[in-house]
Amino acid sequence: MITYEWLYILAGAFFAIWSLLSLRDLKYGNAAFWGLLSASFFFGSHLSDFANGVLVLALVGIAGVGGLRRSDPETTNVEQRSEYAGRLGNRLFIPALIVPLTAVAGTLLYNYTPLSETGLFEPRRETLILFGVGVIVALIVAILWLRPPLLAPAEEGRRLLDSIGWAAILPQMLAALGAVFALAGVGEIIGGVAGQVIPEGNVLLTVIVFALGMALFTIIMGNAFAAFPVMAAAIGIPLLIETYDGNPAVIGAVGMLAGFCGTLLTPMAANFNIVPAALLELKDQNAVIRQQVGTAVPLLICNIAIIYIAGFLLWN
Amino acid sequence: MNYWPLLGIALVVIGFALRFNPLLVVVAAALATGLLAGLDLVAVIEALGQAFNDNRYISVTWIILPVIGLLERYGLQQRARGVIESVRGATMGKLLTIYLLFRQLTAALGMKDIGGHPQAVRPLVAPMAEAAAEKSHGTLADEHREKVLAMSAATDNVGLFFGEDIFFAIASILLIQGVFESYGYPLTPLQLSVWAIPTAICAFIIHSWRIRSLDRKLGKGRA
Repeated sequence: MITYEWLYILAGAFFAIWSLLSLRDLKYGNAAFWGLLSASFFFGSHLSDFANGVLVLALVGIAGVGGLRRSDPETTNVEQRSEYAGRLGNRLFIPALIVPLTAVAGTLLYNYTPLSETGLFEPRRETLILFGVGVIVALIVAILWLRPPLLAPAEEGRRLLDSIGWAAILPQMLAALGAVFALAGVGEIIGGVAGQVIPEGNVLLTVIVFALGMALFTIIMGNAFAAFPVMAAAIGIPLLIETYDGNPAVIGAVGMLAGFCGTLLTPMAANFNIVPAALLELKDQNAVIRQQVGTAVPLLICNIAIIYIAGFLLWN
Repeated sequence: MNYWPLLGIALVVIGFALRFNPLLVVVAAALATGLLAGLDLVAVIEALGQAFNDNRYISVTWIILPVIGLLERYGLQQRARGVIESVRGATMGKLLTIYLLFRQLTAALGMKDIGGHPQAVRPLVAPMAEAAAEKSHGTLADEHREKVLAMSAATDNVGLFFGEDIFFAIASILLIQGVFESYGYPLTPLQLSVWAIPTAICAFIIHSWRIRSLDRKLGKGRA
């Protein structure tokens, strides 16, 4: 059975190559950072929790002292690229489409045919594993077709990786922070506070506090998944459903979407908001969030209206 | 109740506001929160290490970078721009609105891995949006160019977030179902996912209007 462990070995190999190329480029901070991440992929499952924790502290230490720098490996210039683009045409899109198509079509094929009974993939892990397969296939196709210099795929990847820099592991680090928050009972504390500020007997105000609470808690945690169980336990179920007889399906579904409005507003949702700013080489780290404010705020108001109208006015 | 662990959240807010390195902020907040909740230092480091290790799958996706970088070396971005330049009547407003709809519909059908920032936005959507904006409004000033690129990324996010919940077999729907079931309210995923549709429609109306208004403002030179 193919598990995530296979993917981790693959990713470990990629990061090991990037670490060696950084070393050759005399960028020791980058070499150490990507090397440690590679070690995490290769050996993380066999290390103790404490050793993994020390590895995390070392990664953060390197980034914290500004040890990561952008890199500028040899590549083509804009004129050459335009010339290639004209010559290669729309076929250039094909390798780029191989990855999502393998992941999506493969997942559908695997789940809706008897293939799933073969137990080839670890349950519920098939999409990411197929993503890895797609990357390998796309790389092979592109290399055979374009015949680049030997190190070009790795060096082009390193250029992009170093333009993302420390932000590349921020989403994973935030997930770890969420786990520590959960261990420390932060959710219960916030739920308790939210439960105390509710005015009695006013359905609309309670809906507003529920939706705003989902959005605010998501802004803090960077993830609506962390906010939902807490807000449902503090307000959604005891007040909106049991006291005021609201429609559970509406309160659950649209409550979650109110949280998603918060995701659009927070640097804590790094993979959606901070990483793309780095990938697009924008000067302002919060540029993507700035473009999302004008959508997220009115949409949050819509969600409040939907919960109130569909969950209460039309339901009773 | 012990409210001190909330100080960790305050640390995150202050650290981000003062623009310290976010990794440093996150780890400092994790250590502070754990210690204030009464855990000892070793236990907090262990918790951090275990959670980081359990979430390695999040960072696996960077293995796509050599594919994207290699194709960019051979002119993928230039080709994406070329396609848009050759379409008559292509505007940034129309292009991003179509992408928003495409992203919402595919996500609603469970295909949320079509699109995404490294795979689609950087190599394809952003250069296309930029080319379309330049086609209508001429060469863009730096700040306007940044807005177009940022709006491309924002459109991918909005399309994904407010499309994916219409698909019933998605993690967030299963989470809602699980939480409600544990309180004695059994719901089917389908009962929940149909209620993602009104918000999806609102999201399309609001965001496509904002895309068009950015396009109009670029035309008047005051974006």
